[in-house]
Amino acid sequence: MIRDGRVCGEPLIFEKSVPGACAVDLGPSDVPSTDPTETVPASMLADDAPPLPELGELEVVRHYARLGSRLFSVDANFYPLGSCTMKYNPRVNEWAAGLPGFTALHPLQAEADVQGALEMLYYLRVFLAEIAGLAEVSLQPAAGAHGEMASLMIINAYHADHGGVRPNVMTTDSAHGTNPASCTICGRNAVQVKSRPDGLVDLDDLRVKVDDQTTALMITNPNTIGKFDPQITEMADILHKRGAMLYLDGANMNAILGITRPGDFGVDVMHYNTHKTFSTPHGCGGPGAGPIAVTKALAPYLPRPQVEKRGDGTYFQNHDMPKSIGKVRTFSGQIGILVRCYAYLRALGPDGLRDVSEKAVLAANYIAACLKDEPGYELPFSGPYSHEFILKPRLASGLRVLDYAKRLIDFGIHPPTMEWPIHGALMVEPTETESKATLDEFSDAMKRIAAEAAETPDKLKDAPEYAWIDRADEVAASRKPNLCWQAENAVDSNGR
Amino acid sequence: MDYPTDRRYLASHEWHKLDGDTCTIGISKFAADELTDITYVDLPATGTEITAGQPFGEIESVKATGELTSGVPGVVTEVNEALADAPENINEDPHGAGWMIKVKVSDPSSVEALLTAEAYQAQLGG
Repeated sequence: MIRDGRVCGEPLIFEKSVPGACAVDLGPSDVPSTDPTETVPASMLADDAPPLPELGELEVVRHYARLGSRLFSVDANFYPLGSCTMKYNPRVNEWAAGLPGFTALHPLQAEADVQGALEMLYYLRVFLAEIAGLAEVSLQPAAGAHGEMASLMIINAYHADHGGVRPNVMTTDSAHGTNPASCTICGRNAVQVKSRPDGLVDLDDLRVKVDDQTTALMITNPNTIGKFDPQITEMADILHKRGAMLYLDGANMNAILGITRPGDFGVDVMHYNTHKTFSTPHGCGGPGAGPIAVTKALAPYLPRPQVEKRGDGTYFQNHDMPKSIGKVRTFSGQIGILVRCYAYLRALGPDGLRDVSEKAVLAANYIAACLKDEPGYELPFSGPYSHEFILKPRLASGLRVLDYAKRLIDFGIHPPTMEWPIHGALMVEPTETESKATLDEFSDAMKRIAAEAAETPDKLKDAPEYAWIDRADEVAASRKPNLCWQAENAVDSNGR
Repeated sequence: MDYPTDRRYLASHEWHKLDGDTCTIGISKFAADELTDITYVDLPATGTEITAGQPFGEIESVKATGELTSGVPGVVTEVNEALADAPENINEDPHGAGWMIKVKVSDPSSVEALLTAEAYQAQLGG
C-alpha cells in the first residue's frame, strides 16, 4: 500500500510469518537434548508449540527498521513535554555504559574484581549529595516514584524512633500524581495543601493543616507551573517546628542545578529523576533510577548496602546499617543507568551543570516571551518562569487543547503536556539542549496554529494530517480497549 | 441549565436523591461535561459502608481522573452495573441513567443538609 510515498499499514510480525522461513541456522546443538515430557509435568505442557513467527533475516530487519523509523524521539524531533525534561541523551553516556568493565560485570563478583564500578557508584553518591546540599545518597531506587516510596519509608522509620509514626502526608494541588500515590502505598493519608491564585503554596492553609500527625510535605520546587516558591524556607520552618519533614520531588531539578541546593532551603529528603535531570534514557517504564538524598539525621535509615571507601583507597559494600529500611532493589540498583548519569556529571562538571539550568530557564522564558503578545494565547501565570511555563490557548469555536496538540504533530513537534496541572492549558518545557532556531520553530508553529484556529478550525479538528496514523479514537481505546492480537481463525482457550 | 430540584448536591458535584430511606448518588451534568468522555467508574460493592465526606469511588475520563464523594453516610444497597460496559451513560444522562449507587441512609435528614439545586447552581457561577 502506498500513501504519500510512505509504506504504511506495516503488518504485525506474526502476520508476516511464512511457514518454513528461517533467519538463522543454529547448527547442531553441542549439549544433549532433553525430552520435555520426561522433565516437565504433563499438566504444565502445552499441546502445541507456540505459533512463533517464521521469517527470513532481512524481513525481520526491515520490519523493525520501518517501525523504528516511525518512533517519535528526542533524537529526531523537538519534544517539549512539560515536567518530563525530555533533554537530549548525549552519546558519550552510551559509550561509558558500554564499557566492558560495566557490561561484563556480575553483581556477585568478588569486591576486589569490581573496584572500578564501586568507585563510580561511590563518587556518584558524593556528587549527588553535593548537588542536593544534603548529607547522604542512596542509588538503589529504580525510578522517581520508587524514590518517593523509599523516602517515605525512611521518614516513617525515623518517626518510629522519634515519638511514633504519623498518619498524614501533605501534598500540593499541583503535585505529580505519584506524590499522593506514594503516600497511599506507604499507608499514609494524603492531605492536600492549597495553592494561592498565583500558583504558590498558601502558607496559611499549610499552618492550619500541619500538626504532630504530619509526616512530611511533599513539594516540587520549582513547581509544575514553572514557578520557584520563595516561601520554601518558611514552609520548612513550619514543618520542622512540628517535627515534620520537607520532601522535595526532584522532577524540576533541571531549573536549579548549581544555582541553589535543596538542603540549603530546608529540604530533609529528596529524589532525583536521572532520566529528567541527568540525561539518562526515558525508558518506557524501565530501567530507570531515582536516587534519593537525605539529611544526616535520616542517613542511618537509607537502604543498604552503601558503597564506602576504606582508608587504603579501596571500596566496599557496607551492609552494617542496623537502622536501614532494608533493600529496595536488588544489588546496587540499575548500574547501567547510573553510569550514564555519572558520565553526564563528569562531562559537564560543576560549572557545566549550572550552565544547563541557566540555559534551560532561558529557553523556557524565551519561548514565553515570543508568545506572550500572541492574541491566540494567554500566560495565566506571570513570569519570569523557571524551566517550564503554562501556555493557555484562547479556545474558540468548539476547539479543545487536544486539537492544538494534535496539530503540533503535523509540525514535527511532540505536543507538550495537556490539561495538567492547569485545566485547558499546555505545559511547555524546552530544556537546555535545543538551539534558538528550534525554539523559534516551535513559537512560529504555535502562532500558525493559533491563526488556523481562528480561520480554519477544521485544520486542528482533523489533525494530525501528516502522521503515520490519523487521529486515534481515544474514547473507544479507553472504553473498549482491544489489547490482544489473535490470528484470523485462531481458537481461544474456550474453543470460540 | 436548570438543575433538578428533587435532589441535593455537594460542591464537589455529586447529586443525592432521596426516596424513603434510600439515597441515589450520581454526578451533575456540569461535572460530566467538564470531565468530557467518561471511560471508567470504580464503584463500591453492595454492602459497603460509606462515610460522609469520604470518597466511595473513582471516575476516569479521557481528560482527567477524580474521586467520587458521598455527602451522606450509609450502606450501599445497589450499584449501577450498566456503567461498567456503558460509562457513556453518565455523559448522556448524568441525572438519570448515569446514576452510580443507591445507599440506605440511617438519617434521611442528612440529605437535607446538602446544597439545594439553587445553591449548587449559584456556586457554579450561575
